[in-house]
Amino acid sequence: MAQRILDRLKETFGAKILETSSPSGDEVAVVARDDWPAVARFLRDDPVCAMDMFIDLTCADYPDRRERLEVWLRLYSIGHRHRVCLKTRVSAEDPKVPSLYDLWRGIDWFEREAFDLFGVVFAGHPDLRRILLYEGFEGHPLRKDYAAEKTQPLVGYREVPPTKVPPFGTAEGMPWSRR
Amino acid sequence: MGVEDRIRLPVRTEVLGGAEAAFATTRLDQLLGWARKYSLFMYPFATACCGMEFMAMSAPKYDLARFGAEAPRFSPRQSDLLWVVGTISQRQAPVLQRIYGQMCEPKWVIAFGTCASTGGFYDNYATVPGIDRIIPVDVFIPGCPPRPEQALDALMLLMKRIADGSARGEPILANGQVV
Repeated sequence: MAQRILDRLKETFGAKILETSSPSGDEVAVVARDDWPAVARFLRDDPVCAMDMFIDLTCADYPDRRERLEVWLRLYSIGHRHRVCLKTRVSAEDPKVPSLYDLWRGIDWFEREAFDLFGVVFAGHPDLRRILLYEGFEGHPLRKDYAAEKTQPLVGYREVPPTKVPPFGTAEGMPWSRR
Repeated sequence: MGVEDRIRLPVRTEVLGGAEAAFATTRLDQLLGWARKYSLFMYPFATACCGMEFMAMSAPKYDLARFGAEAPRFSPRQSDLLWVVGTISQRQAPVLQRIYGQMCEPKWVIAFGTCASTGGFYDNYATVPGIDRIIPVDVFIPGCPPRPEQALDALMLLMKRIADGSARGEPILANGQVV
């Protein structure tokens, strides 16, 4: 349905739109991070697109790729009732993406969340602090190289007796990742 | 005698000279325990979906008032029974510890549901793997979420332990098995 958005983007930005696809009717366009704010601003201000509503910003980690962190921006047009997903990719070594705080104020906490859990640094964000985790937490837990069993407790654990009682075996009831 | 019968009687109390004589002998700690078990002031620390079952349990249908524990206190300084109802994240751990410290002595703790008891399926960076790692627990209630009957059963077990002065810091499973 929103194929015309992708066509519009391609005719406006040409080769700057690196990829487009429509998985399950969900239009996706991929841009380089340097074009990220310009394309987003175009999507908001262009009368054909008119993406006036920011829906979601999130991130995904693909450890096999060189530019492994993929930032997703989901937008919706209230007037035209169409939506689009804009993506950009950055490497874990240089995870900087320009902030879109000036375009949609509501993106504030979403960028903080992506920074908190994936370590994407949104350049130009006015208050880029951790939002879900706490001060002193090391690393970004939703990256695939964060060890699954690594915890960083804020308070020391008490010594407790083993709470497995017969007839349960030692591994019974344990999550798969700990067996 | 079942548990239900036993919790109604002050344990090891002897009535001398028949009902006309109208005096009884007992030990002070047993008398105190007997009195305390019917006047529990609960502090509900409800963080997750188990809270709905807790509300059901507190509502007239299951009628917590039968056990003298129906009055919730929303200040830990006025309460002596802490219900930890739901998932406790690492970020909440210092808060929970502080609340426990602020409660009146003698105080008791019930871990309501699998998450509070063991962390449940949240085997990750964010969740405390059982609140007994940070504060002493008297009764664990399994279930995701537990039925109100299970919670009432746990309350009756706790009342029994309060009445007979069982050692603190020795957790008990909701099937009555001492860990």
